[in-house]
Amino acid sequence: APVMAEKLGLGRQATEAEIAAWNLDVFPDGSNLPDGQGDVLTGEEVFAEHCAACHGDFAEGAGNWPKLAGGVDTLADEDPLKTVGSYWPYLSTSFDYVRRSMPFGGAQTMSNDDVYAIVAYILYSNDLVDEDFTLSKETFMSVEMPNSDGFIVDGREETEYGAFTNRCMEGCKPEVVKITKNVVFPG
Amino acid sequence: MVDSSTKQGASRRAFLKGAAATGAALGSVGAAKAASDDPLITEVQDWTSGLGDGVDATPYGMPIEYEGDVVRRTVEWLTADQISSINFTPIHALDGTITPQGCAFERHHSGAITLKKEDYRLMINGLVDTPLVFTYEDLERFPRVTQTFFLECAANTGMEWAGAQLNGSQYTHGMIHNMEYTGVTLRTLLEEAGLGAMGAIKDKWVYVEGADASSNGRSIPLEKALDDCMIAFKANGEALRMEHGYPVRLVVPGWEGNMWVKWLRRIEIMDRPVESREETSKYTDTLADGTSRKWTWVMDAKSVITSPSPQMPIKHGKGPLVITGLAWSGRGAITAVDVSLDGGVTWQEARLAEPGKPMAMSRFYLDINWQGEEMFLQSRAMDDTGYVQPTKTQLREVRGLNSIYHNNCIQTWHVNANGEANNVEVS
Repeated sequence: APVMAEKLGLGRQATEAEIAAWNLDVFPDGSNLPDGQGDVLTGEEVFAEHCAACHGDFAEGAGNWPKLAGGVDTLADEDPLKTVGSYWPYLSTSFDYVRRSMPFGGAQTMSNDDVYAIVAYILYSNDLVDEDFTLSKETFMSVEMPNSDGFIVDGREETEYGAFTNRCMEGCKPEVVKITKNVVFPG
Repeated sequence: MVDSSTKQGASRRAFLKGAAATGAALGSVGAAKAASDDPLITEVQDWTSGLGDGVDATPYGMPIEYEGDVVRRTVEWLTADQISSINFTPIHALDGTITPQGCAFERHHSGAITLKKEDYRLMINGLVDTPLVFTYEDLERFPRVTQTFFLECAANTGMEWAGAQLNGSQYTHGMIHNMEYTGVTLRTLLEEAGLGAMGAIKDKWVYVEGADASSNGRSIPLEKALDDCMIAFKANGEALRMEHGYPVRLVVPGWEGNMWVKWLRRIEIMDRPVESREETSKYTDTLADGTSRKWTWVMDAKSVITSPSPQMPIKHGKGPLVITGLAWSGRGAITAVDVSLDGGVTWQEARLAEPGKPMAMSRFYLDINWQGEEMFLQSRAMDDTGYVQPTKTQLREVRGLNSIYHNNCIQTWHVNANGEANNVEVS
């Protein structure tokens, strides 16, 4: 089998410390979470200092920056509001993403405790936990994400591919073609 | 002189006769018109008399200044800032299929970073026999491959879901580029780490992430990783541009651009996906009922007429007109492109510049004799799976208006009697 292909002997073994430094993945079941914890009230302070300038005091968003809270039950609306509370299926993604990539411009400067606290505050801002909640490895899986069942695996094979095969060449629609929408920003 | 003008007259009469046979009026047609002497020909020009630049004037050249409008452009209001943002390839002004790197679109989530080859490290970890670290020099010692693929942002044409928004193929379809990549297959690298101990390949995943602050981590089925993915360090013959992932990026043929992780630093083999931010909050496609598709990896067959188009009006008047554009499919090779001049009532097959290549761009042409009539130009791509590019109406019937990504609908340009084109939707 191709997986038994001969090796060239290039590269060298990665050390455990190297792998730990780069492998920050947190999975939906909470595995690979670091030690630590943070509560809502601590999170409110950390969020105010490091996050609120862009995401608002209550995670409701400032200016054109992403809103992290609100929007529950809007996903079928004309203008859905997709936030951690209304859209994100797994809490693990919030922890993973905040720890890896936030704050914008100062990523990977927060302690694990600060990240736990920030995520706890985002949950509180979405009315998903009470103000005395402490987020940790132990409490992680107790949080129910409202849209955890909102995703289906790509269904184009069933719903589209069979239907999009008609190569009509003549008389493909009524002869009079009219403009139904004109360009909004003519430039 | 006498002979010459007689010939001109004859050819003009011949042209008139030809035009009359088609029942069309004759506009200003340069080729047949009796011209007065052109001083660009009759007078010796500076460039014919003096000297041009020496060979040491430009160690690495830029396009001539007269092509200064063939540049990437951004639309500021699309994003909150210009760091996690997008710009657009000037596809309206290009021809052929290879995108010049210098104007090939960019999409960053934490900006385009500067990463020296000396500082570059690539880690392979997870369910491998031996977790490995490679330097850039190591990567250049693996057996190489070279192949051409398109990279299309999942959000290309995304602003057009609800209507006709932006006026030009650069803006509606320019989150795309097509390059010839040189690098190493991902299979080669993963085999170096050893796939013996992990058991069956099926249901295994790789997680790939970049060295930038955004990380852009994505989960990819191991079967795809071992099939045709590669890590590239050259594009269109030279090193990757900084903004395209220098020194190493991932190439994921046919799949949405977000997965082509730039500044690639780590590949982890896993028994399940991470469900990272870029595959939950983003790059998931919300349907009309509020549920959302995830893992919509493939970019379906799509095409666009790049000229005429809103940024490329017809300026030459009536007569011969080249209609040209691009077609591509993430599911295989383009086999045909049809063009309609009447908004999709009738279609005729265009000419492909070359036979389609799997998951790479194709260039198409249709040569017509335009007599100033209003046109509703459309193009419709087909790939070798038999898939026919759908209309926006067809897509909306399945998906509604809010899926943001994967809009591969047929585009319509309305061309008026003056040759000006606008982005429209038609009945």
